Amino acid sequence: MKLNLKIWRQKNAQDQGKMVDYAIDNVSPDMSFLEMLDVLNDDLIQKDQDPVAFDHDCREGICGMCSLYINGEAHGPDRGVTTCQLHMRKFKDGDTIFIEPFRAKAFPVIKDLAVNRSAFDRIQQAGGFISVNTSGNTLDANAIPIPKHDADRAFDAATCIGCGACVATCKNSSAMLFVSAKVSQFALLPQGRVEATDRVLNMVRQMDEEGFGNCTNTGACEVECPKGISLENIARMNREYLAASLK
Amino acid sequence: MSNNGMLKSSIARKVAMALSGLFLILFLGQHFFINSMSVVSPDTFNEISHFMGYNPVVQFVLQPILIFGVIFHFCMGLYLDYQNKKARPIKYVKNNGAANASWMSRNMVITGIVVLAFLGLHFYDFWVHEMNVKYINVQPEDPTRYYEELRQKFVDPVRVGIYVVSFVLLALHLLHGFMSSFQSIGFNNKYSRSLRGFAYAFAILVPAGFALIALYHHFTI
Repeated sequence: MKLNLKIWRQKNAQDQGKMVDYAIDNVSPDMSFLEMLDVLNDDLIQKDQDPVAFDHDCREGICGMCSLYINGEAHGPDRGVTTCQLHMRKFKDGDTIFIEPFRAKAFPVIKDLAVNRSAFDRIQQAGGFISVNTSGNTLDANAIPIPKHDADRAFDAATCIGCGACVATCKNSSAMLFVSAKVSQFALLPQGRVEATDRVLNMVRQMDEEGFGNCTNTGACEVECPKGISLENIARMNREYLAASLK
Repeated sequence: MSNNGMLKSSIARKVAMALSGLFLILFLGQHFFINSMSVVSPDTFNEISHFMGYNPVVQFVLQPILIFGVIFHFCMGLYLDYQNKKARPIKYVKNNGAANASWMSRNMVITGIVVLAFLGLHFYDFWVHEMNVKYINVQPEDPTRYYEELRQKFVDPVRVGIYVVSFVLLALHLLHGFMSSFQSIGFNNKYSRSLRGFAYAFAILVPAGFALIALYHHFTI
């Protein structure tokens, strides 16, 4: 396959940045999208040019590190996959592909396509955990009976990998899907109920402080989420938040 | 957390937006019922209109609440949109919004502004006229005047056209807004599917009904 790439290049956070055109040849349909970028970078390095910076780690769709806004969609045109799981067979020979970083005020560009998503870490640190007594008397989690239905929904919420596709795709740059998944995974379990009030208030406060936008329920986040996190979680977080605020 | 803090949060603002929207939808439902009487029974229409125009609770309690509701919903909507635009200072070069969200959900501000502009015309047509009759050029009340006054407003085809187009935009606004308001207040359970059906039916049938009533009076006068 021969492709025309339009890639966002930005030297650092202060640089204005611009789209730069690259032509790439001999792309195999079996390559992943990131492997295609690896080939491009090999070529750029051989030409003594600066390779394109992009985030990646496990390349198995579980770490949440890869990002990229490809042809106007977070993680590209495929559904239920991260960019590292997107394959070039989804594109046609001669295609022009736009590759941009995830855009949000709360996700500043570090370089080229790599963005700083530590706002998510700070939201997690504000309440996305359960305080555990580690003195040696910790109760075995399996000793607490949990209805299967609740356990399944908590697990579904916990599959969020925090990649930020929800923020990137939301027209408002809202982080509600991510935060609601993190709130829900604990709110549905008895272990999480103990700190539920403080958790939701603190995580939402931190989310607002980071400068994310407001959710307008377009549902785009649910569609683009590589893990299929449901909008039900946002409704649950809204309920949790309202109940906690009135306490 | 104090109530002051709660009102500053993005979720609280969305809940306020949803509740004001639901209040306006409730008003829309009763307005549609009264308007439909103008087709079914002119006498009943006159009777209800006279009641609405002269009942002190409706005039001095419900009407100010309604006006506040409209202003609040509009101002909060614009403020949320301002904040949302600020949350992405650099736009995408290529963005395929249609791939994952409906046109209605992505353009609530546009449909909302058109509906508000229509409300300006609607207030000029009926509310300003009422204020004039009752408080400025005070005339003796004729409880049968409402039906004829209504029909006279729909003689002009341009005005009828503006009304019909506005109702289409209202339908688009409601197609997203009605169901979205339930999500904002945290209502998402086994009844959501049925409620979605009701919300979609309301969003299409009520504005269509308003449009048909306007067209009925235009073509039968």
